[in-house]
Amino acid sequence: MFSGASNLAEGVDKAFLFIFTIAAIFIIGITAFMIWTVIHFSRKKGKAPMQFTGNVIAEIIWTGVPLVIVMVMFYFGWHGFAPMRNVPADAMKITAIGRMWQWEFDYGNGMKSKDLVLPVNKAVRLDLKSEDVNHSLFIPAFRVKEDVIPGYSNYMWFIPTIVGDYEILCTEYCGLLHSSMLAKARIKEQADYDKWFADFKSEAVKPEPDGYLLIRNTGCIACHSIDGTKLVGPSFTGLYGSSRVVVKNGSEVTVIADENYIKNSILNPDLEIVTGFNKGLMKSYQEILKEADIKTIADYLKTLNEGK
Amino acid sequence: MSNSETGTHVSYLEHEGKYKGLLGWLLTTDHKKIGLLYLYCIIVFFFVAAILGILMRVELIAPGQTIMGAQTYNGMFTIHGIIMIFVIVIPALPAIFGNFFLPIMIGAKDVAFPKLNLFSFYLFLIGAIFGVLSQFIGGGAPDTGWTFYVPYSSQSSTNVIYALIAAFILGFSSILTGLNFIVTMHRMRAPGMGWFRMPLFPWSLYATAWIQVLATPIVGITLLMVIAERVLKIGFFDPALGGDPVLFQHLFWIYSHPAVYIMILPGMGIVTEIFPTFSQKPIFGYTAILFSSLAIAFVGYFVWGHHMYTAGISTGSRWFFSFLTFLVAVPSAIKVFNWVSTLYGGSIEMRPPLLYAISFIFLFMIGGFTGLTLGSVATDIQVHDTAFVVAHFHYIIFGGMGFAFFAGMHYWFPKIFGRMYNDKLAYIGWGFLFTGFNVLYFPQFIIGLQGMPRRYFDYLPQFQTGQVISTIGGFILFTGLIIMVGNLVYHAKRGAIAPANPWKGVTLEWQIPSPPSHENFDEIPEINHAPYFFGNTSENK
Repeated sequence: MFSGASNLAEGVDKAFLFIFTIAAIFIIGITAFMIWTVIHFSRKKGKAPMQFTGNVIAEIIWTGVPLVIVMVMFYFGWHGFAPMRNVPADAMKITAIGRMWQWEFDYGNGMKSKDLVLPVNKAVRLDLKSEDVNHSLFIPAFRVKEDVIPGYSNYMWFIPTIVGDYEILCTEYCGLLHSSMLAKARIKEQADYDKWFADFKSEAVKPEPDGYLLIRNTGCIACHSIDGTKLVGPSFTGLYGSSRVVVKNGSEVTVIADENYIKNSILNPDLEIVTGFNKGLMKSYQEILKEADIKTIADYLKTLNEGK
Repeated sequence: MSNSETGTHVSYLEHEGKYKGLLGWLLTTDHKKIGLLYLYCIIVFFFVAAILGILMRVELIAPGQTIMGAQTYNGMFTIHGIIMIFVIVIPALPAIFGNFFLPIMIGAKDVAFPKLNLFSFYLFLIGAIFGVLSQFIGGGAPDTGWTFYVPYSSQSSTNVIYALIAAFILGFSSILTGLNFIVTMHRMRAPGMGWFRMPLFPWSLYATAWIQVLATPIVGITLLMVIAERVLKIGFFDPALGGDPVLFQHLFWIYSHPAVYIMILPGMGIVTEIFPTFSQKPIFGYTAILFSSLAIAFVGYFVWGHHMYTAGISTGSRWFFSFLTFLVAVPSAIKVFNWVSTLYGGSIEMRPPLLYAISFIFLFMIGGFTGLTLGSVATDIQVHDTAFVVAHFHYIIFGGMGFAFFAGMHYWFPKIFGRMYNDKLAYIGWGFLFTGFNVLYFPQFIIGLQGMPRRYFDYLPQFQTGQVISTIGGFILFTGLIIMVGNLVYHAKRGAIAPANPWKGVTLEWQIPSPPSHENFDEIPEINHAPYFFGNTSENK
């Protein structure tokens, strides 16, 4: 574990090392003492037990010494933590958005990335926003973790110090695919980062289509991918106009996925279930999506087939 | 059942009151029988939750889906947590050993309110059944984790309400038991038993009872608020309704952290009884142990925020909660030093209860020290909500409270049933339990440090080695449980007849026949010396 890749790692690891060292000394020492007493004072030796009932000086010592030790531990813990809340003024600002069940990193001006790409040795501040339930953004290699709570504006900051790819995990339980809510922190040399950023910028300028925004904000894409991946539900890619085998009233029938099919699937999801998927996981969006919204979504889904 | 030792002695097991047979048990107001009712229920529920645990371990043997889907897994860790925490760990020691031995150890014939005691049991049973039912009926097992964090718990379409009601009812049972014990200790100690002549297991129950009475109502109200939010859409916690999700965490942990001390304090009380008996020597530092229990109960109220270091709470409050958390470590350390000093200079007989009590200290130390890395803010940032926390609280709750429970079971078994278990089987069971326990939970510390989050159905491939070792440990542990429980269940009726005082204990429960009579004492004893008085030395009077 002692392979921190940020400026904050050293303080955290020092505190770990101190606490673990003290722990090992006490656990081994006290265990050895217990084993020794059990052998040395065994009843089989036939010695009469001593009858003392306590010792005030001993009590004072073993109240005082642990008190001092835990205060030193507290100091190390505080010393390692305090810098985590002092963000340098020149830190670059990125908004990290958590939603069930994906991360998104907003670089401003509509530039949103699934991974957190950063230049090495530069301070970055992440403002943490949740669009639904509690999440927690955790980058083990950087020793940072802060909860992402709806309605709250939490933050974290760090300076990545080693080029490489690191795991980003969600550590506040957020429902079905909590354990799949992963992303990468990609730390690049400044020049590589600039190049990535330029490409990213030119790509990101085109606005997102309305249909996409709708299915993203409603949470559809948490379970239905738009890149063909099979998640909890079938992918949206290649859906429109395809013929699908569904289970309806217990028997398998083949239907064509037209606008009407899409509408029914949104309003009454359990009626027709595509074979290989489970019933009861999707709720009806009857009161959430209006007629016009469903039309917009269907139009957007049509575009996902273009180029195929 | 057991033979009476004298012609006139009738054990509580054979005593016939107003009702006979099964009804005699179900409507009993005898604190000993109520203790046993709790014991039998808790064993059943414990195996239900342990099997859920084993199924989760099998699922985690490889990344991705192994034997169940994500939704099933999420339901399992939720129900595992709810049953283990609310049905077993919180009530077990006070409800089983507290009920059975508290009145006897203070020289009373029963608790202060025997009917209320039976009512507590039925509340417990109803709550527990609600908890188990929530797994099977309606919208599917609750999938919120036992902590019910909002907003997820106010949105999930599963049986969250059943689980909340279960926890609410169980809380009531806990409050009533606590109240009963406080009054019992205040009003019913035998003549001559001043507060400082009361044995330390009752003292630990006294500290626990105050937490039960004062802290539990807070979680009760909090859970009702979540129900109100779900049903009536009143915005307490869900920001979509104008509520505050962090407020829930505060309210939840204001109870649920002190609840950790409800779990561990009676466990500490049990081993405090065992060390003097098996060393034939007074407890070292009676007063220090007593006041450290009260200190833990008191300071324990003010450390709840250490569950929330990463929840965006203010920097100042992180400082405050970390500081107090470290303070609460000191009384625990004092207890450990006093226990091992009790062994020093004794005449030590290594029997199963002592072996379990010593294992308790070892596992509790590991749990305690890893707790310090969670109390320290910097290190908690890294390991919060990871497998490290899972390992830590299993070391405290299972290694601590669980092993203390096993110690107590082996210690008081001859008194409860009037029979002896098989020592050799007890040692074999202990061997499996102790080995399995460490093989199961220790690797979780390591993968937790490396960044394996908790409540993960799926995980990154680098964590697999640790997960596989843990699963193997799970099976060893489960084997140990079966051996231990089998040994006790079998010998409860068929074991050799136990003498009144097989371990040469000096507290009151060892001065009456095994099993005790319905009214415990033919004549209420008069107390004229300290509780752990083994010989005629002047110091100890």
